[in-house]
Amino acid sequence: MKILQFAKEWKSTAKELVSHSFVFAQFLSLLHLSHTYICSPTLVYGPSMLPTLNFTGDVVLVEKLSTLLGRVGSGDVVLVKSPENPKKTITKRIIGVEGDTVSFLVDPANTDRFHSIVVPKGHVWIQGDNIYASHDSRQLGPIPYGLILGRVFCRVWPPEDFGPLRPLE
Amino acid sequence: MASQSFIWNLAKTYFTAGLIGLTVSDRYASFMAVRGFSMSPTFNPHDKKTSGIVLDDYVLVEKLCLEKYKFSQGDVVVFRSPTNYKQKNVKRITALPGDWIHLSSFDTVKIPKGHCWVEGDNAACSEDSRSHGPIPLGLICGRITHVVWPPQRIGRVDGKITEEGTLPL
Repeated sequence: MKILQFAKEWKSTAKELVSHSFVFAQFLSLLHLSHTYICSPTLVYGPSMLPTLNFTGDVVLVEKLSTLLGRVGSGDVVLVKSPENPKKTITKRIIGVEGDTVSFLVDPANTDRFHSIVVPKGHVWIQGDNIYASHDSRQLGPIPYGLILGRVFCRVWPPEDFGPLRPLE
Repeated sequence: MASQSFIWNLAKTYFTAGLIGLTVSDRYASFMAVRGFSMSPTFNPHDKKTSGIVLDDYVLVEKLCLEKYKFSQGDVVVFRSPTNYKQKNVKRITALPGDWIHLSSFDTVKIPKGHCWVEGDNAACSEDSRSHGPIPLGLICGRITHVVWPPQRIGRVDGKITEEGTLPL
């Protein structure tokens, strides 16, 4: 009799446990999906985007939808998986999309020599706003579109710079 | 009234299941169909002449390898095509960063940092690194471990290199 009662109690506890873990799993899934498909906050730092983004570190919102739909075009600031190290992400501005002809200074610190190149199919040309301290398509070549993770659309930190990023003049 | 709440419950259940299912397929493992003959002895081992109805192979793709991007020579991977981000290709990794690869038509190529060399098992009809060069590891979105359908072909996909000549020496 006692065992039966014990089993009954245990059963209700187990049921509760299952339902709780289910809710927890649901919450985590929602978090994951909004992170990968809609929008996520990211910390970016470094000198390569200097007039637009600060050197010391900004928190920006990155939206993923326009990347998935293929709406990312030239002029957008994007988060890209680095082709040299897939665990690292870099923030750059798209200068040209497939079929565009882009001209760029090879070594802006020393010479005025510049090159022109046609961006191949399915690739984009990315460059930092600070051309003197940026490791980008000028060294890496055109980047496959599949490496783009999302479009930076808003800065949330530091608070005095809150708002959309200014376009390149 | 009762039927309305029934429909509401049903919708909620489906929504939750979809949420969790999508998360699992994103983060851990998913199924996909392999089309085409570029991996022919490993997947879809049909002859073009004999097949009346061609059944695609369904495979299990594990995504856990994406956390560290640790791959070994001979792994069969799914990656986004560098020329079209919407298209996914299935090929076998034959060389990793730092390896040298010998090609008959080109010279020896060194695989750059963060890239890999992919080739189809069926060299005759495969569009791979031999035509568009090494691909960035960041484009890889999973490793194929098992064939799950059709039933007579269920089994592991082993990481061997089937053809001589594709093996970099």
